[in-house]
Amino acid sequence: MAEVRAEMVANVWKVVVAQGDQVADGDTLVILESMKMEIPVLAEGSGTVDLKVEEGQVVQEGDLIATVE
Amino acid sequence: MAARIARDTSVLPVFESLLIANRGEIARRVLRSATALGVRTVAVYSEADEALPFVREADEGILLGPAAPAESYLDIAKVLEAAKRSGAEAIHPGYGFLAENAEFAQSVIDAGLGWVGPPPAAITAMGDKINARNLMADAGVPVAAGTSQPVQDVAAAVAAATDIGYPVMVKAAAGGGGIGMGVANDEAELRSAFETARSRAERFFASPSILLERYISGARHVEVQVLGLANGRIVALGERDCSVQRRHQKVAEETPSPGVSEELRKRMLTGAVLAGEAVGYRNAGTVECLVDPIAGDYVFLEMNTRLQVEHPITEMVTGIDIVAEQLRIAAGDEPGVDMTAIRSEGHAIELRVYAEDAKRFLPSPGHITVWEEPKGDHVRVDAGYAAGTTITPYYDPLLAKLCVWGPDREEAISRAREAVKAFRIEGPKTNLSFFTELLDSAEFTSGDYDTAIIERIRS
Repeated sequence: MAEVRAEMVANVWKVVVAQGDQVADGDTLVILESMKMEIPVLAEGSGTVDLKVEEGQVVQEGDLIATVE
Repeated sequence: MAARIARDTSVLPVFESLLIANRGEIARRVLRSATALGVRTVAVYSEADEALPFVREADEGILLGPAAPAESYLDIAKVLEAAKRSGAEAIHPGYGFLAENAEFAQSVIDAGLGWVGPPPAAITAMGDKINARNLMADAGVPVAAGTSQPVQDVAAAVAAATDIGYPVMVKAAAGGGGIGMGVANDEAELRSAFETARSRAERFFASPSILLERYISGARHVEVQVLGLANGRIVALGERDCSVQRRHQKVAEETPSPGVSEELRKRMLTGAVLAGEAVGYRNAGTVECLVDPIAGDYVFLEMNTRLQVEHPITEMVTGIDIVAEQLRIAAGDEPGVDMTAIRSEGHAIELRVYAEDAKRFLPSPGHITVWEEPKGDHVRVDAGYAAGTTITPYYDPLLAKLCVWGPDREEAISRAREAVKAFRIEGPKTNLSFFTELLDSAEFTSGDYDTAIIERIRS
């Protein structure tokens, strides 16, 4: 299982994939927004995605965004 | 207004009081000149910014609302209410937020307040890049080959690009800050760039209007600072080279531009004055251009109808306090210096210190534990933060502008290196170490660089 965590304090601007989707390594899972910049968060490894955030939510550095199993 | 006509300008300040509708370093920068002119200052702030220096240093601070810009700095009604409540006589918008919002400018004027900016009609005329391009072409200012009407869909974009010739730059007509801009070298890239530009344009600028322009590879980004004086005359204060960019956003600027000949400089300054005259410009503005160093020519890019982030380097070489002049113009006063004899001396460099890592340039908000600014002759730091304050994710990453002056370019670069070394910020990541890399790079020190310099340093 691969955990995808936030690298910085940010707002979850867009959730690109749906809960339970099959994703491949490098697919964009969500797009964060911090300091007027969009930061795509990518899957590291392929599998089924389990999302831990929703659009509009604020994440702190290190917060879990999703797991890919 | 009668009281203002009777005012003795040698004794009374430009305005009794000024509200600064902005935050961070620029709010503090405006505060400094206003205070020096004897003006009472009013800061407005969001809940996220309560502890920042600009709030503390203003004579009065008024809370606008929550951190989200739409509920604070972008809320016109709240800003006007704050002006009313504090009895402010005028409003300075800084840059960003409401600075280029013609509706805001008009409502400030309608409220009977002094507007420290250009006429709303000039903001509107320049705000749409397609309209601005057409106006400039009519005024005899050179523009790049491009579309004179909004490009409606991908098919129209492909047809236009065939006429213009690849590579093309795809832009949001209402855009700014490099957002949604993309270069396309062929049809496939154009299709993708068009979709990106359109979605960003709708999201950030609430307008789907797109334009295409011929992309000049190897171009330098050079802009001209203008002032539209109270008597209607437009003066050009000189140029700034802003070619050091990442993600189409400026990171460092210098003046004079090492890539502009004396002959080209004259033409650019004349063109910038024509641009200002074409829209009846007043107050401070910047005419942005692209310079093709091989052809030794330039084209108009856009006009920023506000104070520019990098204005300090022009101040350092000319000795003109641009913010003080903005206030004098807004009050209908004579300039504080002789604008018929503008002189530029030496060389100045600005480095934008961002809260971002120095490798990938990704944002890095956080709490600042150490903040020690470089000091010394000809070193100027315009900062929005201090030790013990926190950088939040809600606003742009600019922490401070580190500016240095030297009698020549070599000396300015050498002072910049020292100043970067002496600047200590701990807590969040910053791009300070990138500046050491930049100032030591052969390409930057040679002066022969263009907007792709960062990519090349990194490759």
